[in-house]
Amino acid sequence: MSYQRVKFYQTGTFTVGNRLLDESNRTVQAGMDRTNSLNSGHRACQGCGEALGARYALDAVMRATHQQMVAVNATGCLEVFSSPYPESAWQIPWMHSLFGNAPAVASGVAAALRAKGKTDIRVIAQGGDGATVDIGFGCLSGMFERNDDVLYVCYDNEAYMNTGVQRSGSTPPRAWTNTTQAVGKDPGNPMGIGKNLPRIAMAHGIPYVATASVADLHDLEAKVTKAMSIRGARYIHIHVPCPLGWKSDPAHTIKVARLAVESGLFPLFEAEGGEVTDRTPIRKKVLVEQYLELQGRFKHLLHPRDEGALEAIQAMADANIHRYQLLPLKA
Amino acid sequence: MEQKPFAITLNPASSLANHTGTWRTMRPIYVDHLPPCNQGCPAGENIQGWLYEAEEGKYEQAWRKIMEDNPFPAIHGRVCYHPCETTCNRGQLDEPVSIHAVERFLGDYAIEQGWQVEAGVATGKRVLVVGAGPSGLSAAYHLARLGHAVTIIEAGPKPGGMMRFGIPQYRLPRNVLDAEIARIVAMGVSIHLNQKVDNLETTIKEGGFEAVFLAIGAHLSKRVDIPGRDAGRMIDALGFLKGMDGQTVPKIGRRVVVYGGGDTAIDAARTAKRLGAEETILIYRRDRGHMPAHDFEVEEALEEGVLTRWLHTIRQVDNTTLTVEEMTLDEQGRPQPTGRIETLEADTVILAVGQEVDTGFLENVPGLDISSDGVIQVDASMMTGRAGVFAGGDMVPAERTVTVATGHGKKAARHIDAYLRGSEYRKPSPNTVATYDRLNTWYYTDADKSRQPYLDLARRRASFEEVVGGLDKDTALLEARRCLSCGNCFECDTCYGVCPDNAIIKLGPGQRYEVNYDYCKGCGVCAEECPCGAIDMVKEVR
Repeated sequence: MSYQRVKFYQTGTFTVGNRLLDESNRTVQAGMDRTNSLNSGHRACQGCGEALGARYALDAVMRATHQQMVAVNATGCLEVFSSPYPESAWQIPWMHSLFGNAPAVASGVAAALRAKGKTDIRVIAQGGDGATVDIGFGCLSGMFERNDDVLYVCYDNEAYMNTGVQRSGSTPPRAWTNTTQAVGKDPGNPMGIGKNLPRIAMAHGIPYVATASVADLHDLEAKVTKAMSIRGARYIHIHVPCPLGWKSDPAHTIKVARLAVESGLFPLFEAEGGEVTDRTPIRKKVLVEQYLELQGRFKHLLHPRDEGALEAIQAMADANIHRYQLLPLKA
Repeated sequence: MEQKPFAITLNPASSLANHTGTWRTMRPIYVDHLPPCNQGCPAGENIQGWLYEAEEGKYEQAWRKIMEDNPFPAIHGRVCYHPCETTCNRGQLDEPVSIHAVERFLGDYAIEQGWQVEAGVATGKRVLVVGAGPSGLSAAYHLARLGHAVTIIEAGPKPGGMMRFGIPQYRLPRNVLDAEIARIVAMGVSIHLNQKVDNLETTIKEGGFEAVFLAIGAHLSKRVDIPGRDAGRMIDALGFLKGMDGQTVPKIGRRVVVYGGGDTAIDAARTAKRLGAEETILIYRRDRGHMPAHDFEVEEALEEGVLTRWLHTIRQVDNTTLTVEEMTLDEQGRPQPTGRIETLEADTVILAVGQEVDTGFLENVPGLDISSDGVIQVDASMMTGRAGVFAGGDMVPAERTVTVATGHGKKAARHIDAYLRGSEYRKPSPNTVATYDRLNTWYYTDADKSRQPYLDLARRRASFEEVVGGLDKDTALLEARRCLSCGNCFECDTCYGVCPDNAIIKLGPGQRYEVNYDYCKGCGVCAEECPCGAIDMVKEVR
C-alpha cells in the first residue's frame, strides 16, 4: 500500500466517499463531477466487474492526466460491449485494432505523440486476460522490453468470456470453463499450469507493476495515480469478477472480488524495477472455501467435497500470504 | 446523401441511446429502516437521527432532534439504563456506541450554551398535570410545544419527582436536574409546589381544565412484616433517599443493613456508605443473577465497598441483632428457606422492598380502574376509564424507569392534544428493523468505545460528587461517528461508486441519491454493498 489510508473515523476509510471527509481525500468515483470514461448504456452483463474496473481505472487516469489521455483497447468483452457499431460508450479518445496487438499499437501511439512533441498526452492500453496473458503476450513483452511510455491495464476475469467462457492462461486451477469441463478424475482446469502475469511483468524489470481489485477502490485509484506519475512501461493487473463465466450472483461481484483478496488468492502488491515494494494487508482473513462457494465454476469442489483440491487451493492462498506478507507479523 | 468516409455508413452515436434499464427484473429502491437503537428507546428518540447530526459536529441540530422526543438529554445521558445500547448493532461488531455518553455531552453542552425551546402557538386549551416527576414534566413540555397552557400541581417541595427524591446526587447532580426543569418552566409551564390534589373532580372544575395527565408516581414504600422490637432502627429506603435532599441529613448507625435487590436498594447502600457507615451490607433473598438492579450499579456498589449477603432473608430484628436465614433457589428461581439461621449486628436497617401508588385522591373519580396492586389501568392512548383523564409513569403498569416515564409523557401529550382537538392520534407505523444481517460491515473501521472517566474510589466512598464523568467535545464527536447508521443512508457514496452502469445519480450534500432507471440493469451490487442496508431490491413491475 503505497499511500497512507485516511484513517477516517469509523465509516469513511473503506467506503467510496464520506460526507464528513474533505473532497480532496475522497475517491475519484465519489465526485459529483466524475468523468465516467465508460458511460451508461454499455452492453455489459448485469454486475459486470470489468465495466466497473475499467471506469475505476480510466477515471483515475483522466484525473491524473487532466484528461490528456488516449486509450487503446484489445479485442474482448470490454471492447465488444462498449462499442457496437455505431454506438460508443467511451467518453475518451479510444481506439481498437486487433486482439493481439494492443500493446504494439499503444507503443506506436506513444511514439507518434513523442514525434509530434505531445508528451503531455498519456497512452493507456487495456485488455482482458486473454488478450494480455495469451494472444497479445508477445507484443506486451516487447512493449515492456522497450520500456515504452504506456500504462497497460489488464482486467482479469480469468477466462475468454466474450466468446463463451473458454480457458485462458489466467484461469485458476480446478475452475470450470467450457474447455475445462468438471468431469473426470481431476475435474476443471488442471492444477499447476497457467501464467502469473504480474510476476512476468516484474521479471522485465519495468518501472512499475501493481495488482488491484474492484473490491478496494481506494487502493486501486492510488495505484493508477502512482502509475501515471511514472514514465516508461507500467503494468496494472485488476481482478474483475465475471458473473456469467464464474457462475456467481451479479449482486456478488464486489463481494467475490473482496473474498479473493481477503483469502490471499489474489494478493494486492506493488513492485518497482522488479522488486516488490509494498503490499495491501488482508483485513479480515477468510478461508478459500468462502471465496469458492459463491461461484458455480467451483461447485464440483464442494458438492461433493474434493478435499485434495480444496487443500491445494488453500495452500496457494497461504503461499501468497507468506510471499507477500499479507498478514501483519505476530509480535 | 451526406458524404461519409470510406466504408462508413452510420454517424457515430452514444451508448446513451441504449436504455439498458429494460433488462431489469429487480429494481433497487432507497429505504429508511428502523435502527435497533430507535426501536429500543422507551422515550422514542430518533437516536440514529441525532447521532447523524452530531457526527458532523452540528451539536445544536443534534440536541434539537433529541428535544423533539425527550426534554431531558442531560438527565437521560446519566440515569437512563440505555436499552438502545443493548440493541445497538455495533455491539455485534466490537462494542455498542456509547449513546448515553454522547447524549449527556449534548445535554450538558445545551445547558452551557443556554439553548431553549419555544412553546407552540397558543391554542387556549388548559391542561392539568398532577405530579412534577419525569412523566408529568415530559407531558407538560410536549403539551406546551403543542401550544396548550399547562399547570402542574406537585405535592413535594421541589419538582423532579423520583429524579430528585429517588436518584442520588452522585448519579445525577442537582444543578443538571434544575437546569433541564427550568427550561420547561421557561416555556410557560406553571408548577405549583407543596400542593396536593385532594379531589380531582373539584380541581378540574375549578381550574377550567379540559384534560388531565396523572403522573404521581409510586412513592409509598411497601411494607414487609419482620417481627422486631426496636422499629426505630428500621427506615424505608425512599424516605432515606428523600431525606438526602432535605434540610437535615438522615441519621444512620455505623453498621447498616439494606434489605432488597432493586436499584433503590443499591442507591440506599451506596448513599449509606457515603454518609460514613463503616459497614454496609446488602441482604437479598436471591442471588446476584436474579437481582432486579442493573448489574453495572451492583458492580459500582461493590467497588465502593458495599458488602453483600445474597440468598438471605431477614427473619427477625432484635435491637441491634438481626436474625437471617439462608435461602436456596428452586427450579423456578424462587427463594426457598433452608432452615440455616445466623445472626448479624446492625445499627440501622433500610428496607428497599418496592413502592406503591398513593391512589387515595382518585377514589371518587368515576370510571377509574385501579387494580389490586394499586396501579391505574389505561388504554392504548394512555387514557383512564374517565374521559379526558390520562395517566402515565410509575402509576400505570410498566417498567418503572425515568425513561419509560418520560416516554409515557410524550405519548400521553400526543393523545391529549388529539383529544383536545377532537381527533385521534395515529402513530405512523414503524419501518422494518435494520437488523445486523442487513449491514455490510467490511466497510466499517474497527473503533473501540470512548471511555467515560470515573471518579477515584476514595472520593466515591466519601463524597456525593458525580461518579461518572462526561465526554469532551472531541471524544463525543468520535463516539458519534462510531454509529453505523443502520438502515439509514449516511451518504458514503458507495452505491454511487460501485454501479457498473453509472445508474446512481448523486444529488449532492444532504440530498442523497437517486436511481436512473433508464440504465439500471438491476444487478443488485448497490444493495449488496451498501454498508448500512439502506437499499432494498424489489420485484420489477412493468
